[in-house]
Amino acid sequence: MTSQAQVRRLLSLVPYLRDHDGARMADVAQAFGISEATLRDDLNVLWMCGMPGLTPGDLIDIDMDAVDGEGVIHLSNADYLTRPLRLSAEEAMALVLGLQTLHEIAGPGEQDAVERALKKLEEAAGGVVVPDQASVSVTAARGEIQARVSDGLARGKRLDLTYDVASRAETTRRMVDPLRLFVLEGYGYLEAWCYSASALRTFRLDRIAAVDVTDIEVAPHDVELKDLSTGWFETLKDAPLVVLDLAPEAAWVAEYYPTETVNRDEFGHHTVGLRVTDPAWLRGLLLRLAGGARVVSPVGAGDSAAEAAREALDQYDAVFGR
Amino acid sequence: MTTKAADRMTTRKTERILNLTICLLVSGRYLPKSRIREAVEGYHDLSDAAFERTFERDKDELRSLGVPIEVGSFDPLFDDEPGYRILPSEFELPPIDLDAEEAAVVGVAARVWQHASMAESTTSAIAKLRAGGVEPDASQLGTLEPSVQATEPAFEPLWHAVLHRIRVSFTYRDGARRTLEPWGMTSARGRWYVIGRDIGRDAPRMFKLSRIQDRPKNASRPGAFTVPENLDLRSLARSLTPREPTASAMLAIRAGKAPALRRRGTPAPATVALPGGFEVYSVGYNELRFLAGEVVRYAADVIVLEPVELRSEVRRGLERVASTGSNQAGAA
Repeated sequence: MTSQAQVRRLLSLVPYLRDHDGARMADVAQAFGISEATLRDDLNVLWMCGMPGLTPGDLIDIDMDAVDGEGVIHLSNADYLTRPLRLSAEEAMALVLGLQTLHEIAGPGEQDAVERALKKLEEAAGGVVVPDQASVSVTAARGEIQARVSDGLARGKRLDLTYDVASRAETTRRMVDPLRLFVLEGYGYLEAWCYSASALRTFRLDRIAAVDVTDIEVAPHDVELKDLSTGWFETLKDAPLVVLDLAPEAAWVAEYYPTETVNRDEFGHHTVGLRVTDPAWLRGLLLRLAGGARVVSPVGAGDSAAEAAREALDQYDAVFGR
Repeated sequence: MTTKAADRMTTRKTERILNLTICLLVSGRYLPKSRIREAVEGYHDLSDAAFERTFERDKDELRSLGVPIEVGSFDPLFDDEPGYRILPSEFELPPIDLDAEEAAVVGVAARVWQHASMAESTTSAIAKLRAGGVEPDASQLGTLEPSVQATEPAFEPLWHAVLHRIRVSFTYRDGARRTLEPWGMTSARGRWYVIGRDIGRDAPRMFKLSRIQDRPKNASRPGAFTVPENLDLRSLARSLTPREPTASAMLAIRAGKAPALRRRGTPAPATVALPGGFEVYSVGYNELRFLAGEVVRYAADVIVLEPVELRSEVRRGLERVASTGSNQAGAA
């Protein structure tokens, strides 16, 4: 731990403890996101601080017997630190962007609360919040769809979902129990129990074409929701690895998708390893790259794209002649 | 140095800086350095030179935490020496009163960042709000999990430069060295962009962070430029990525397929005899090559009727993909 981080925390800890006399060690540690051992170290430091002179009457007073005995904190004699330090630009703007991101997937009620909170935060932060200094956009649902999904989630109602399945390039209709809305890498998702698949499914919000909130209560489902802290990598780590050779015009793939191994030769060709959960997705990617990518391994992984291309060419011949 | 000894030094430094803060906060008037040296216990055992160095560093640390240390010499007794003070009104977080709903959304917002130093910033922001009487409670909104990633190495130095209006220089993907007055940063589709005045070109430019080749370096002191007033970052970002359709194509789309294309288009009458189950749409586009890639992706579910150049481009793409099957691997 750096001294700077500790000073920053102590300047908040003192007014907090003055306001919460007799707070439990465990609760305070949790509120500040630190361990009880770190909190104990903090108290030891505070105990040595106070008004210039540092005679016993000048020091911040902490009842250490109560800390070690009942595990509660009584702090006094720190009347000069009644308020925390104002927010820094870093702190205020990090929260502002967090609120903006939430706004992008929230229902109308929460959006309203976000807007009010942003306003109050800007006022309290003084000049350090420059609203247009940074922004986060999330690719999510359009207004009415967003409102209905949020409503179903908040009230625990089953949703009748019309959804564009990108990998199969078609629209499907299904009943789902909404469990969570999340944002990952700039896109908003609905995580839901899908009755068509009888499994947990993730739906990109911008691909929901229509949605109705039914009167049916969401059923209990014994499922584990995705751990977002690991990004998509964790979900993908057990999926088969497909190695592609990319021509220079297809090099954006290496930048755009999570790739595992990237080699680049002197002619600008990239060799990348991609985790592929859905063969239909790979077929779509190979087609879209229009020959800019070749499958190195496993052999045959690119065959369905080649077949689909031949089928399309035959159709052009049938419609327009050769 | 042993870990224990290092811990002890960190602790002593924290004590010293906190005592310095309290000293400047309670004095009410400008205190000269000599008085500060007497008043703050951590400075007592230091030589003159060591005191000067330590005091300068401590002040810098406090300022970087956002503690407003003022310099002045209005005290008639010490008019030849600068004095220091912290005004409580400048130091303290102004009153902020959030209702339960507002506190809940702030609690969710504080957990959004999946970037170490940004997460640290929200943690300390929440600590301050708690100390200021707000109780952020995200648990009511447990089904909402927004997150923001910033994996680009250039993010952190640029973020600092934007917030403190510091000019930066970096090497972009084209190999050119750029110097930028960074006005702001924006994230779309999970990618970060920085927008500002490119000094070499004397014009607004936008750069994708993932295409910056090195760690951006500070090229000025903080506050080196002013951001244009009424800057609308989002619309500026849009204007720097022109995307208005300039032409339109007639596409036959198999019913229920290629929804993304269909939704962008408007229904149109068929001009040639089509296989069953196809509907014709007029779809606007900007660059023929991009639309061709998109159409190739749908293979036999989309037929290009016109323009002919698009149809040829799509056919060439399909022919290239058709030649990549494993049974063609040994061919020419």
